[in-house]
Amino acid sequence: MLKFGIQLLLAAVILLVLIFVFLTRLLLVLRAGSTHKPGKTGPLTVFTVAGSGGHTTEILRLLGSLSQSYSPTHYIMADSDKMSEDKICSFERSRGKQSSKFQYFIHRIPRSREVRQSWSSSVLTTLRSLLYSLPLTFRLKPDLVLCNGPGTCVPVCASAVLLGILGIKKVIIIYVESICRVENLSLSGRILYHFSDYFIVQWPVLKEKYPKSVYLGRIV
Amino acid sequence: MSVFVTVGTTSFDELIALVSEEASAQILRSLGYHKLILQIGRGSVKPKPRRSGAFTMQVFRYKKSLQNNIRQADLVISHAGAGSCLETLEEGKPLIVVINEKLMGNHQLELAKQLHSNGHLLYCTCSTLMETLQSMDLSALKPFPAGRPEIFAAFLDKVVGFE
Repeated sequence: MLKFGIQLLLAAVILLVLIFVFLTRLLLVLRAGSTHKPGKTGPLTVFTVAGSGGHTTEILRLLGSLSQSYSPTHYIMADSDKMSEDKICSFERSRGKQSSKFQYFIHRIPRSREVRQSWSSSVLTTLRSLLYSLPLTFRLKPDLVLCNGPGTCVPVCASAVLLGILGIKKVIIIYVESICRVENLSLSGRILYHFSDYFIVQWPVLKEKYPKSVYLGRIV
Repeated sequence: MSVFVTVGTTSFDELIALVSEEASAQILRSLGYHKLILQIGRGSVKPKPRRSGAFTMQVFRYKKSLQNNIRQADLVISHAGAGSCLETLEEGKPLIVVINEKLMGNHQLELAKQLHSNGHLLYCTCSTLMETLQSMDLSALKPFPAGRPEIFAAFLDKVVGFE
């Protein structure tokens, strides 16, 4: 009985130490964002999360302003998203005409959350998407994740943060809240406000409510 | 002159039923509009296209892109969807957003409301649409400045260390 008690205590101590190490690493990774300058060593591998309901249109406008040093671009989208791929391909075709240096790839993962899906079941479906986004992130090791709110960006950003926690690579996470959000953040926004390196909003009201955010005016 | 009514990928039967009534056609005609095009999405009210004298009405559900319809219109009447609002304002067309009162609390309303208080569009419900049409002064609407992604690009270049 005593032996069992000691084992239990030991397990609890190990667990606590692991949690402590994890949280310390998390804090370090999240703080490293402002000093990490991967662009100094050459072009950047970009992860972009696409999503129906206007997300893809907005993210393509942002990508359209970036130089060819942001290449290759890996688009990640929910497997049930039918509209985004056409938009992405036509965008990349026209960008490819300007410079052959733009390379892109499209990856599909299971949808992390349907519109109006409940919180509790969203947790499960998000974990399922995480199972697919983790190997993708570990294999491609992006320098940058650029996203603007489809549910799929939560597991993708979680994978990117984990890459940093494990000391494999610091990934810079840029979150741009959709122009549609004037007074309140989206669910993804509320979560990723805490885990992104730069959180950009497009209306002054949100900047006031969320002081850590960056306001650059209307950018899409 | 022509009016384009759009409900995006949703349905808004109340609006479609209202604008396709003969009384509405009369008001539109009196304002100088002789063509009405309805994009009705997945609505269950599907008015019959008609052509009577100097007034025509066309109806369709979806199109891959509504850009042409917006460009050719002199006035757009739209649901509060962010995509429809932004696309119309970017084309520089006068816009009346009709709020679907059954969808209150929808986050899409936030944007339409803000664009209205900034003077970029008119804002009403089905019950006040005809009044709005008759009293509107489209020249008072403010143009909507284009978004500036290049500012984002400059910001990002600095963040990642490209100079």
